[in-house]
Amino acid sequence: MGRLSTEPRITRPDDFYEALIKAHRGLSDEQSRQLNASLILILANQVGDFEVLQQALNLAQEDGVARD
Amino acid sequence: MSGPDPAARQKGVRQSYSYPKYPFRRPAAVDSGTVEHQRVVIVGAGSVGLAAAVEFACLGIETVVLDDDDTVSAGSRAICWSKRTLEVLDRSGVAEPMVDKGVIWRQGRVYRGEREIYNFDLLPEAGHKMPAFINLQQYHTEEYLVDRAVTLGKTDLRWRNAVVDIDLDLDDGDPDDGGDLQGGGGALLTVDTPDGRYQIRADYVLAADGVRSTLRRAMGLEFQGRTFEERFLITDIRMNADFPMERRFWFEPSFHAGQSALLHRQPDNIYRIDLQLGPDADPVEESKPERVIPRVCKMVGEDLDFDLEWISVYTFTCRRMERFRHGPVFFVGDAAHVVSPFGARGGNGGIQDIDNLVWKLALVLGGEAPAALLDSYDAERLPAADENILNSARSTDFMTPKNQVSADFRRAVLSLAERAPFARTLVNSGRLSLPHVYAATALSTGDDDAFAGDGPVPGASALDAPVLLNGAQSWLLNHLGQRFVALCFVDPEALGDDWIKAWSKALASLTPSVDLVVVGRSDIASRSSIAILDDISGQAFARWAAKPGSVYLLRPDQHVAARWLEAPTVSVLAAALARAIARKEAG
Repeated sequence: MGRLSTEPRITRPDDFYEALIKAHRGLSDEQSRQLNASLILILANQVGDFEVLQQALNLAQEDGVARD
Repeated sequence: MSGPDPAARQKGVRQSYSYPKYPFRRPAAVDSGTVEHQRVVIVGAGSVGLAAAVEFACLGIETVVLDDDDTVSAGSRAICWSKRTLEVLDRSGVAEPMVDKGVIWRQGRVYRGEREIYNFDLLPEAGHKMPAFINLQQYHTEEYLVDRAVTLGKTDLRWRNAVVDIDLDLDDGDPDDGGDLQGGGGALLTVDTPDGRYQIRADYVLAADGVRSTLRRAMGLEFQGRTFEERFLITDIRMNADFPMERRFWFEPSFHAGQSALLHRQPDNIYRIDLQLGPDADPVEESKPERVIPRVCKMVGEDLDFDLEWISVYTFTCRRMERFRHGPVFFVGDAAHVVSPFGARGGNGGIQDIDNLVWKLALVLGGEAPAALLDSYDAERLPAADENILNSARSTDFMTPKNQVSADFRRAVLSLAERAPFARTLVNSGRLSLPHVYAATALSTGDDDAFAGDGPVPGASALDAPVLLNGAQSWLLNHLGQRFVALCFVDPEALGDDWIKAWSKALASLTPSVDLVVVGRSDIASRSSIAILDDISGQAFARWAAKPGSVYLLRPDQHVAARWLEAPTVSVLAAALARAIARKEAG
């Protein structure tokens, strides 16, 4: 079973973060939602392994609960 | 599916099919007033009940079929019959007329708007007797089943015999069990006919009486699940057109804004159109021809002339009973479980129910297996129903997004699908029926690890391949089923005629007896004095991941009970056989 890595793996994290925010610039809320949905699907395919994706979903859900 | 809205029947809609009218014959018990006794009574002469009757007939068991009507399925119902269904029905000689008449297809195309976003092939390899799917109106299928039942001569078809009540609280004469349901007391059926009422005491009852099952209600059993609010229009039209023989599905078609549409070609120049209408559609208004005709014109083109054969507006439900077996009563088909139509899992699921049940009842009735074998019907078919419900609910959810986020993801999937192949796997326009693998059944013997999971695993259904028998073309599946078979893959260096003869004799002496079916490469098939299926193309060895010496034990429903990459001893095989019929072995 694959394991989700929570250690840093993104090369050039600041560049990535800026690119992510920039990609949404000038978009309506609806267009932003659409971009996020497409991006999630594209990245999910890159991850591939369902077990890892499930762990990612769990982490995101826990994070959502922690913030509430 | 839930049934058609009665308001849906309209002027200007006429079926071109002429329904056969089967004769009512006054049952003797109406006059005698005595309670008739039968071993097996099938309630409901739909495709599932009739398929059970012909399979019983092939196994030499007489049945009585009771149906409240005197003809075949009214209206437009099941149309897509899967490869596995055809393989099951081929055992009883019904598949060939179905395939001859049906529209054979294996390709599906999925569109978004006008553009094709992807297509799929459900049977990309050659070397199978049966096609991936045929489209055939349910009334044709039932007519062939009735004809076959009449030819086989072991089915007492009683038309206009409506079961109105069932009583299970019967004393079987065994003082120890207080007349309990499992004790074999059977069921008492009360039947109404045009000439009066009578009763039958049946040892076993198959409740094949459809989604509104009278028996299920008479027994007070629940039927729980999910109802989808979305309304769909189903219309059959007749036209002289030459649409390709494939399944076409549209998301957000230009001719039906914002919704989805499905087109299937059927025999007799009839096309099935399924249009999503949304949750707020008025079923009465939407089923008026003046509303339907413009929708169809937009879809097939204004210049094509067509006649309306059928209109109905449906909502879909996914439900099942908690258990399918209740003492001597076995629920099969829509009476036991119901799914949305996307995926062709209703009719095909029902055929797999009787595929699973009939041989078990036959062995128990023949005294060759313990009654405990019947418990495996629930153990094997409940997970199969859940699989069908899961798949059809997921398809329906994809087609009818319930909230903003599911609408967003669906839009992302559909727009990515054109450019990025990965997204095509997420597009869900229906996951089409495949044979269920009885993965967790207690009837299977643990897999032989030497196969490394290749080939059909225990619980899976048999795979076809072209073979020659005495030089004549044949198919592997036609040599399997309706009794236990030890399928042996051989090679002349490893196993000679003497081995085959000795094995054949040893297996025949088991209870129930096991037939030896031998598959060999062409070099020995011609030399052997034993009938050997010649694996001309090598596909049998390849599909079954077999080596010379490999043996599969196959159940009468052609599902794998056990397998060995290297030939087992007869006693090892006998133990797997005992397990496959739920017989507890001493020691």
